[in-house]
Amino acid sequence: MFSTDGLVDIDNGIVSRDIFVSPEVFQRELDTLFTRAWLFVGHESQVANPGDFFTSRMGEESVILCRDKAGAVHVFLNSCRHRGMKVCRYDEGSTTLFTCPYHNWAYGLDGRLMGVPQYKQLYEGVLDKADWPLVEVPKLARYKGTVWATWDPEAPDFETWLGDARQHLDEALDCRDGRPGGSEVIGVHKWIFPSNWKFAAENFLGDTYHNPSHRSVDLIGIGPSAAAGVKGRRDNEMAKATHVWISFPAGHGIHSAIAPLGDTYQESFKDNPEIEAYFRHCFEERQRRKGEDARLIPFVGTIFPNTSYHGRQPRGLCVWHPHGPTETEAWRFFLVDADAPAAVKDFLRRYYMRYSGPAGMTEQDDMENWNYATAASRGAIARRHPFNYQQSITAASLDPEVLGYRVPGLVSTQVTEHMSLGFYRRWADHLEERSWDVLLGLGDTRFGSAAAS
Amino acid sequence: MNLEDLLLKAEVEAFLHLEADLLDSRRFDEWLALLADDLVYFMPQRRNVRYGLHAEAENTRQGEGISWFDEDRWTLTKRVEQIQTGLHYAEEPLSRTTHMVSNIMVTGQPVAGEVAVSCRFLVHQNRVQYETYTFIGRRHDILRRAASSPAGWLLARREIILDQNVLLAKNLTTFF
Ligand code: FES
Ligand SMILES: [Fe+2]
Repeated sequence: MFSTDGLVDIDNGIVSRDIFVSPEVFQRELDTLFTRAWLFVGHESQVANPGDFFTSRMGEESVILCRDKAGAVHVFLNSCRHRGMKVCRYDEGSTTLFTCPYHNWAYGLDGRLMGVPQYKQLYEGVLDKADWPLVEVPKLARYKGTVWATWDPEAPDFETWLGDARQHLDEALDCRDGRPGGSEVIGVHKWIFPSNWKFAAENFLGDTYHNPSHRSVDLIGIGPSAAAGVKGRRDNEMAKATHVWISFPAGHGIHSAIAPLGDTYQESFKDNPEIEAYFRHCFEERQRRKGEDARLIPFVGTIFPNTSYHGRQPRGLCVWHPHGPTETEAWRFFLVDADAPAAVKDFLRRYYMRYSGPAGMTEQDDMENWNYATAASRGAIARRHPFNYQQSITAASLDPEVLGYRVPGLVSTQVTEHMSLGFYRRWADHLEERSWDVLLGLGDTRFGSAAAS
Repeated sequence: MNLEDLLLKAEVEAFLHLEADLLDSRRFDEWLALLADDLVYFMPQRRNVRYGLHAEAENTRQGEGISWFDEDRWTLTKRVEQIQTGLHYAEEPLSRTTHMVSNIMVTGQPVAGEVAVSCRFLVHQNRVQYETYTFIGRRHDILRRAASSPAGWLLARREIILDQNVLLAKNLTTFF
């Protein structure tokens, strides 16, 4: 049986470099982790109408997200049942059938095998088309516009999987004025970078410690108030808030902040009075709608294993697709409120592009670091020396009150790497093919009896 | 092609070659001085679409949604400032680049001092030790005659059509 002994030593905060470079570990992740975990596939706004499809990925494999004629959303493996050809090689669009280019088997939007050339002469009485549909995910979840899927029919429901990380993810998915859901995807960046996918996933668990790597953008100012002379890469909406770094039983980790009681609007879009007025209005509406919960300000997080979000400035979801032991294909989905005024959408998309992705002035420096961290970890000598994850690992407390607001989860109010260790606990459990109770962290002693309930 | 056309083509070519030379020599401030205040600098993403849908759906559109670049002179100035902090690790140490332009065509009659030009580009980037990227594609530029420009022209619009779908580079830190 596969063992993660020697790869991760959680109690002492030590992680082997092998997990970022080893082909064996990578294959194990594909076989045992990406086949069971809930994975982000796309957004309903990308398949708004019957017949719409969006070609996505789960782990290393291509999948099709589509909406059938009856309006039901499906996720299929993008591989013909005959000899495996991709049945869809378009990125997105609308269709009535997925016709395989190889021998022309044709599948409906509900995955059913509809057409087999020369069926009567060649297959009649042998092949039952009903037995050979496109391979469909056994479980799919639609959550506030987002679509998630898992290959494991035994997987718990998506919301159980999310646990208390849900409230934080909600802050990325809800309207800026506090209405639930209501976002749309305005574009998807796809790019390859030479680094293991976990470097990126970890970064978004709440690696606030890497702030110095973004010094260049902070010096010049690229945020939504930069043209008005404000430095930094974002506006400081958390100026008066207490930051929290939280690990959740299923392996998710987030960095959010709790605003003080009676917090007032921080000017955050000074470049444009119209945009500023809009967000001030949203702030006030959100206070009204969410009440006490409006005190939670989202920043970043990673929903285990490979879906990260940016909650506000900028706002979007990013999937770190494994593309080889030392290669990742990143897909960043940019979000806005679907019903935001055109001027707001235009302002935001410009900000997103200069911040995020391979052309983003902030994230370019992330990719540079992940790239060279991976490359320098390959060596025989380098691999004898594991990484240190001991930052603030004893400083977290369970379900504390922060400024009088109860925050569920294992919470630190100082910069920490405990979310990474929480992530690697569950990562190890997946690679060792543990039961779903274990994968949900129900036996995780960090969470005491709360997790066992 | 009459003499006037040839002269115009020679002027346009000289401008494009000057730009490439300034970028490859890391004379970024001098390059910025060649950009019009109302510059549109746009690099769409390219999608795989069904035959017949290319005109309407292959490229993301300027002015809507997300592209690789859809920005202005202010943003490009910020990019230069960022490199000049000496702390932009994705360009520190600086990459070595070579910008080549070819197949240069003046694609319309000059109107109100502006001329439309298309070309192919090949940008080679070598970074630190072993990293090498090649960006190849087509560009559609609009140049504007301007006495204020040290080169006699300003770049008023640039559309960069890169021949890639998934970007096969970790970053786009170079100018096109
Ligand atoms: S592989 Fe698809 S029809 Fe043969
Ligand atoms: Fe970062």
